[in-house]
Amino acid sequence: MNSSLPLAVNDLTVAWHRKPVIWDVDIEVQPGQLVGVVGPNGAGKSTLLKAIMDLVPKASGRVEIFGQSYRQSRHRVGYVPQRESVDWDFPISVLDVVTMGLYGKIGWCLPVRRKHRDIALRALEQVGMSDLANRQISQLSGGQQQRTFLARALVQDADLYLMDEPFAAVDAATEKAIVEILRDMRKAGKTAIVIHHDLPTVPEYFDAVVLLNMRVVACGPTKDVFTRENLERTYGGRLTLLDEATEAMRRRERTL
Amino acid sequence: MSGLENWSWAYDGWIVLAGMLCAVAASLPGNFLLLRRMSLLGDAISHAILPGLAVAFFVSESRSSWPMFLGAVIVGILTALFTEWIRNFGDVDEGASMGVVFTTLFAIGLVLIVQAADHVDLDPGCVLYGAIEMTPLDTLNVAGQPIPRVVIVLGAVTLVNLLFVVLFFKELKLSAFDPALATSVGFSARLMHYLLMVIVAVTAVASFETAGNILVVAMFVVPPATAFLLTERLGVMIFCSAIIAMLSAGLGHLSAVFLPHAFGFQSTSTSGMMALCAGMLFFVASLVSPRNGVIVRIVRRQKLALRILSEDLIALLYRMDERARDSAVSPQKLSAVLRSHTWLAAWLMNRHVRTGHVIPSESGYRLTEAGRQLGSVLVRSHRLWEQYLVSEGGVAVDRIHGQAEKLEHFTNRELRDRLDEITAAPATDPHGSRIPSEHK
Repeated sequence: MNSSLPLAVNDLTVAWHRKPVIWDVDIEVQPGQLVGVVGPNGAGKSTLLKAIMDLVPKASGRVEIFGQSYRQSRHRVGYVPQRESVDWDFPISVLDVVTMGLYGKIGWCLPVRRKHRDIALRALEQVGMSDLANRQISQLSGGQQQRTFLARALVQDADLYLMDEPFAAVDAATEKAIVEILRDMRKAGKTAIVIHHDLPTVPEYFDAVVLLNMRVVACGPTKDVFTRENLERTYGGRLTLLDEATEAMRRRERTL
Repeated sequence: MSGLENWSWAYDGWIVLAGMLCAVAASLPGNFLLLRRMSLLGDAISHAILPGLAVAFFVSESRSSWPMFLGAVIVGILTALFTEWIRNFGDVDEGASMGVVFTTLFAIGLVLIVQAADHVDLDPGCVLYGAIEMTPLDTLNVAGQPIPRVVIVLGAVTLVNLLFVVLFFKELKLSAFDPALATSVGFSARLMHYLLMVIVAVTAVASFETAGNILVVAMFVVPPATAFLLTERLGVMIFCSAIIAMLSAGLGHLSAVFLPHAFGFQSTSTSGMMALCAGMLFFVASLVSPRNGVIVRIVRRQKLALRILSEDLIALLYRMDERARDSAVSPQKLSAVLRSHTWLAAWLMNRHVRTGHVIPSESGYRLTEAGRQLGSVLVRSHRLWEQYLVSEGGVAVDRIHGQAEKLEHFTNRELRDRLDEITAAPATDPHGSRIPSEHK
C-alpha cells in the first residue's frame, strides 16, 4: 500500500459473459504524470477506466487510488467520459453540465448555489467557452462538447483524472486547448490517465504510456516503452489462443 | 341540447380535480422516464402492478389503499429487477425483456382478477379503463367536509412526487444525463433508477382507479414528450409538462361532457378523452415547437430558399456584367435563367435596390459597386469550390457546377481562404473562367 501512488492496479481481470475483456492487468502510475493509454479498438481501454471506478464488475484483481479503494478516494478522482456516451439533446445548458462536476461536493438534495455557478463559469473561461455558458448543449460542435466535459472535470478539482478519448474528432484548436490544460494540471501536481488514438502525438503529449491489448503489453516512461517493437506487439498479436479457448468454453457450455 | 344542464361544479369539479392530480402526478416522474429513454418502463410497471393489486386485494379482502399500495410497489420494483435480469441473462434487448416481464405479470393479474370477479368487488373494466366518473361518490370526511377518497389519495401522491422531483432534482438530472459520472461521484445511478421505479409504481396504483391502468401510461409519456418539444431547460420542461397534464385533464373532461352532445350522443369516457386531449396537445406542439416544429422548419426552409435565390440573382448579374460591362438585365431574363417566378425575382430585386446593391434603369437592372462586391464574393466562392472539387476530389468537370452552386451560399471568408490555400490560389476555375480576387 502506497498512499502517494495515484493509481495501482493489480491482476485486474474484467469479463463479459465469461469472455475476458481485459486480462491480468498490472499498472502503476507515478504522481504528476500524463499517462496515455494506447491500443487497438476493442482492446479494453474504456473498460479499464470503468473498472478502476467500479462502474463495471471486476472478475478479479485490486485497484488502489492513493493507497485506498475507489470508494474511499472517489472525491480525488475526476472522470471525463467519451463524448458519445451521453445524450446531447438533453434539455440542459452548458453551465448545467459543468456544475454537474460539483454535485459530489454539494451533496444529496442540496441545491446548486451561486458560488457553484461561479466556479463553473471560471472553468468555462479556462476552456475558452464562457460566452456559450447558457447555450443549449445540442447546439455545440464536437470540439465544444469536449471542452464542456473538460470544464466539468476541472471543477471536480481532482488529483487523478481519467479521460476517455478527449481528443477524438475534435478540431485543432480544441486539441491544443486540451493539451494546454493537461500540462497545467501536471504543473499543479495532478495526474491524468488519457485514452488516446493518435499514435504520432503520443511522445509529445505523454510522459508515460500503457500499451493495452486485453493485457498490458508494456507500461512505463514513453521514451523507453513507446517503441516500434512494442507497438507491433500491441496492434498485431491479440491473444488469439486465449480467445479460442474461451470460445470453446462457451460452446461446451451451450451443448451441455 | 348543449349538455350544459349536465354540468355541476360539485360533481364535475371533483372529476376535473381528480383528473388533474392524476395527470400531474404521473407527468412529474414521466419527464425522467422520457429523458432516460425508458418511457416504456412506465407502461410496463403500470401494467405489471395488476397481480400486486389482485393479491393485496385477496389478502386484505378490501379495496383500502395501504395493502394495495404495498403489493403494487413490490411488483413494480420486481418488474424493474426482472427486466434487468432477463436482459442480462437472456441476452435480449431491453424492449424484449420488458415485453416478457410485463405481459406475463399482467396476464397473471388478469387471471386472478377475472377469477375473483364473481364474488368480489374488483371489476376488470374499472381497473383497465378507470372509473373517474365515480370519483365524487366515494367520500371521506376531512375537517367536516366530504372530500372524495380518490382526490385525497391522488393529492398525497402528487405532493410526494413533487417533493421527490424537487429534492432530488440535481440527482435525477445527473443520473439521467450521465449515469457513469453520477455513480462515480457517489450518486448511485442504480439507486436513483429504483427510487424512480418506486415513484412510478406508487403513481400507477394511485391512478389506476382514475385514469385506468392503460391510460395512466398516456400521462406518464405524453405531457413530458410535449413539454420536451417546447423548451430547452429541464426545469421549464417539468413545469410545462405539469401544465400540459392539467390542460389535458381539464379539456378532457370538458370535451367528454360537451363534445358528444354536440353530435347528439351521450357523454363519453373522461379518461379516454383525457388521453386524447394529451395526444392533441402533443400534435399541436409538434407543429409549433420552436426547435424543430413543422411550422418552424417550413419557415426556415423558405427563408433559406429566398436567401439563396436573392444571392443567385446578384451572382447572375455579376456573371452577365463580366461578359458585357455595364449591361442592364431585365427581370424577365433573370427569372427565366434562374427558373423562378417573375414576381418573386422582381420583389427580391426591389429589395436589392433598397439595400443599394443594384440600380434600376429603363432597360433593366445594373449592379452598383456594393452589388459587384457581393457578386464577386459569391462567384469567387463558386469557382474556388469548382477548382477544389476537380483538383482535390477528382470530380468530373461536367458535374461540379451543381455542387458549387449550393456550396457558394455557405462559404465564409475563412473557408474561402482555406480553399484558396489548398488549391494553390488558382487564377481560373476548371471551366477557364477567371476567379475574382478577394476584397480587402
